[in-house]
Amino acid sequence: MDRSAQAGPLANVIAWSALLFLLLPITVIFPVSLTDQRFLSLPHEAPSLQHYVTFLTSERWLSSTWQSLVIAVVSTILAVAAGTGCATGCWKLSTRATELVRALMLLPIIVPSIVYALGIYRLWIRLDLLDTYLGVILVHGVTGIPYVVITVSTALANFDPRLEQAARGMGASLGQTLAWVILPRIMPGVLSGAIFAFIHSWDEAVLILFIASRALFTLPRRMWDGINENLDPVMAVAACVMILLSMVMLAADLWVRRKRDG
Amino acid sequence: MRAAAPAQPFAAALPWWLLILPALILMLAFYAYPLGEVLWISVTEPEPGLGNYERLFTSPAVQRVWMTTLRICVITTVITLLAGYAVAYVIVSSPPGRQRWMFLLVLLPLWISVLVRAFAWVTLLRRQGLINEALLGAGLIDEPLRLIWNEFGIAVGMIHYMIPYAVLPLYAAMRDIDPRLVPAARGLGASRFEAFRHVFLPLTRPGIIAATVLVFIFSLGFYVTPAILGGGRTLMVAEYIKLQILDLIRWGLGTMMASTLLAAILLLLAVMARIVDLRRVFGQG
Repeated sequence: MDRSAQAGPLANVIAWSALLFLLLPITVIFPVSLTDQRFLSLPHEAPSLQHYVTFLTSERWLSSTWQSLVIAVVSTILAVAAGTGCATGCWKLSTRATELVRALMLLPIIVPSIVYALGIYRLWIRLDLLDTYLGVILVHGVTGIPYVVITVSTALANFDPRLEQAARGMGASLGQTLAWVILPRIMPGVLSGAIFAFIHSWDEAVLILFIASRALFTLPRRMWDGINENLDPVMAVAACVMILLSMVMLAADLWVRRKRDG
Repeated sequence: MRAAAPAQPFAAALPWWLLILPALILMLAFYAYPLGEVLWISVTEPEPGLGNYERLFTSPAVQRVWMTTLRICVITTVITLLAGYAVAYVIVSSPPGRQRWMFLLVLLPLWISVLVRAFAWVTLLRRQGLINEALLGAGLIDEPLRLIWNEFGIAVGMIHYMIPYAVLPLYAAMRDIDPRLVPAARGLGASRFEAFRHVFLPLTRPGIIAATVLVFIFSLGFYVTPAILGGGRTLMVAEYIKLQILDLIRWGLGTMMASTLLAAILLLLAVMARIVDLRRVFGQG
C-alpha cells in the first residue's frame, strides 16, 4: 500500500526543515576545524590543518583526552559489571522487591544532573574524593548503570528462562550457568549497554564541573572553559575528536544490533 | 510482564540477590543517599524549617528565574512537538528504505555530545558567527542580528536537543495505527485535513502526551545548553542553582531550588504514568 500519499506538502516541508536543522550544527564543525584563521570561522583562503597540529602538540588537550578515556573505560567496566548483575538478578527473581530495585536503577536518567551534582559534591567534600580519579569514576559508573540495566533487561526479555532451568537441572553451578548459558545469549545487550555507558562518561559535562577542579580536566571540562573564555579554533578540533569517537560508537552499536537481529 | 513468580525459597533466591547487591549498594550509597541529602539540606540550612521554600512566594529573583524557565520550556516544548510530529509523520508515511535513513538522521544528533552541539550553535549564531557573516555578505542585513546570549539562542539549542526525544515516542504511537484507516476516511469523502484531524490525530494522543511530558521534563532541568547559549544573561533554574552553590555558596537556597525542580519533575511523571505506560516510554532506549 502506498502510504506516502498520507503526508501532505506542509508536513513534508516542516519535517525536512527539521531534519536539516538537526544536521546543521554537526556539519559546520568539521569545516570550521579546518580554518586558516586565528579565530572561529570557515576557512578564508584554503583549508588548513594548523589547529590539528596545535591540538596534537598541546600538553593540555592531550592530557584531557587521555584522562577522559581512562575515566570512561574504567567507569564503563564498573557500570557494566554492576548493571548486568542487577538486571539478571531482577529478571530471575521478578518479585515486587526487584521491580522496586529496577525503578531505583532508573533514577539517574530521570533526576536532572544538576540536582544530583549538589548532593555528590557535598558527599565528596566530606569523603575527600573531590578532584580524584576514584571520585569521578564512581560518579560516572553509578550514573552509567541505568543504561546497562535497560539494555540488558531488554535482551533478557527475549531469553527463554527454561534454558537456565535446564542448565541448572543438569548440574551446572550458578556461575557456570551465568558464564556459559545466560551471558553469551545476552551479550548484544551487554555490549549496547557498555557503549551507552562509555558515551555517557565521555560526554558528561555537568557533574564534572562540581567534582573536579584542577588535577582532573576531562575533555568536556576543557571545552566548557574554552567556550566561556576564548573560543579558540582548537575547540573545533576537540569537538571533532569527540564527534569522531561518538561516530565510532554509533557504528559499533549498529553493528551489534545487526548481529543480534540477523 | 511475567506472571508473579511463586515465592522462591530463600536459599535459592540468595545467589541472585548477591548479583543485584553491588549495583544496589552503589546506587544507594552514591546516588540515593546524596540525593536525599539535597532534600535534607533544603530544610536545615541556614536554619531548620521551611524558610528556604518561603522564598518561592516572597523572592522576586527566585520567581523571575522560575518564570523564565517555564516560558522557555513551554516555547521549546510547543515548537519541538510540532516539528517532531511532522518528522514522525513523514517517517511513518515513507517506504521502509527511506524510513531507515530518516531515522539515522534523527538519531545522529543524540550520539553527539550536548556540549559539542552547544559549541556548534555558538559558532553559527554569535555576532561574528557563520549565519550573521552569511547574511551580511549577501547584503540581507546591515548589522549582525542578536541570535545568541538571549532566550532565542537558548530556545534554538534546546529545540535542537529535544526533537529526537519527541520523534521517538510519536513514531512509536504512529507505527501502531492501522495504515488503512486514513485512506478509508478519504474514501468516505473526508478531506486530507479532516481525515488527519478526526482519525489520525486522536489515535496518536498517547504519543503526544508522552512526548510532551518527556520534552518538558528534560527542558526543566537542562543545564549545559541554556548556560552556554544564554551566556549568563538569561538565567534558567539549573544555572541559577549552580551559581548559588559554586559561586555564592548559598546551600539552603540552591538545594531548595533543586528540590523544587525534582518535585516538579516527579509530579509530571506521576501525571504521565496515569495516562500512558511508562515502561514503553523508557523501555525503547
